[in-house]
Amino acid sequence: MSFLEVTKSLSQGFGVTLLIFGITLAVSIPLGLVITFGSMSKIPPIKWLTKFFVWIIRGTPLMLQIVLIFYGPGLMHWNFQFNRMTAVLVAFIINYSCYFSEIYRGGIESIPKGQYEAGQVLGMTKSQIFFKVVLFQVIKRIVPPMGNEIITLVKDTSLARVITVTELVKAAENIIAVKGIIWPLFYVGAFYLIFTALITFLLHLAEKKMNYYSN
Amino acid sequence: MAFLEVQNIFKSFGKTEVLKGIDFTMEKGEVLVIIGSSGSGKTTLLRCLNFLETPDCGSITVNGEPLYVSGEQPYSDKEKREKRLHFGLVFQQFNLFPQYTVLKNVSLAPELREFKGKKLSRAEKKKVQSEIDFNSRSLLAAVGLAEKADFYPCQLSGGQQQRVAIARALALNPDILCFDEPTSALDPELTGEVLRVIRGLKSSDRTMIVVTHEMDFARGVADKVIFMADGVIEEYGTPDEVFGAPKSSKTQAFLKAIGD
Repeated sequence: MSFLEVTKSLSQGFGVTLLIFGITLAVSIPLGLVITFGSMSKIPPIKWLTKFFVWIIRGTPLMLQIVLIFYGPGLMHWNFQFNRMTAVLVAFIINYSCYFSEIYRGGIESIPKGQYEAGQVLGMTKSQIFFKVVLFQVIKRIVPPMGNEIITLVKDTSLARVITVTELVKAAENIIAVKGIIWPLFYVGAFYLIFTALITFLLHLAEKKMNYYSN
Repeated sequence: MAFLEVQNIFKSFGKTEVLKGIDFTMEKGEVLVIIGSSGSGKTTLLRCLNFLETPDCGSITVNGEPLYVSGEQPYSDKEKREKRLHFGLVFQQFNLFPQYTVLKNVSLAPELREFKGKKLSRAEKKKVQSEIDFNSRSLLAAVGLAEKADFYPCQLSGGQQQRVAIARALALNPDILCFDEPTSALDPELTGEVLRVIRGLKSSDRTMIVVTHEMDFARGVADKVIFMADGVIEEYGTPDEVFGAPKSSKTQAFLKAIGD
């Protein structure tokens, strides 16, 4: 099998990897904020239910969650089943939203009380204080930990193969099973390395852009 | 009727009684200095006036308008916002917004107030914005920081940051400006510039309440002095009365300890 043919099938796998990565990120980043508000809620049942949910999701393997979401409904004899890609996306979105929500919570709680009070005595509303005073400071503080999670997500996408979604690693496995050659595995590694290098660079730019002030 | 009337303010945190019946009045244009050791309730009193704490009991009236009366319906957030704007507060720790320039720190609150919920045409918006900017720049000039308008707070010294905080508090033109130990977080050589600004405000007839540990400054700037101890007003009078001939033994002990 020629280099070009391998490149072509790996690229298809990489397309699936990118899709999982992109959709997970696009949905989890805002959904995580909703979960943060839940876990910081002043209404105890909402707060504790949210915290319990986050504990379950963060305390069990993502691979188990994918398997459960895909096979669970069938095994429970419910009359529906996600298709493979949807199951993967649902699992990833839930999982990453929970991780992001904890990063957001840490960021929000790290903002000094004085910032809120300064906004209050200047007659700002709660939402003005959050969006005009606090939010940007939170974003600046969470870029490094978010960067870590985002890079982990790049590699976590390979878990989709447990329910035979042909992402990058699965695509390479398919080649190896048929052709008995090893080098496509290293080639796959190069795909991940280049992609994470690109993301690292973008995150670095974002950090640099927000470094115009220190506090 | 006095400009500010504070009556019978009580405030507890859990089982700790911090304010145990505070009564005082002040006139427009007066400077009231509050002194006392830490834990005497000075800061809590200022925070009650600024609606950062809700008194358990008592009333606050400014210019005949009752702002807080205990036992009344809890105020909505909107009512609270309007009422608290009679007061301004300068914090010990400045609490400037680090991501905004000095100018924006001053102009942000007026902008949010002017533009909230209003449909303005682009020309109107521009006009309002330029008025706010003009006003903000003149406030910065008044505290001697006109040339720092485009700097960020982290580029300024502590004394300069506190002066920006004063300009910011003045931007909404409060009836009474409160200072919570405005120089306590500053290096000694930087307190002078902040105190000078406060003296300047006095000469322009601002009504102010200043909590401070700077006794010479207090004596110089105050029209009236309150000495607080253990949550009550232990002594009240002119600077000469309180500093010169204190009646209470607690005041005497405090002034002696400070002097030593």
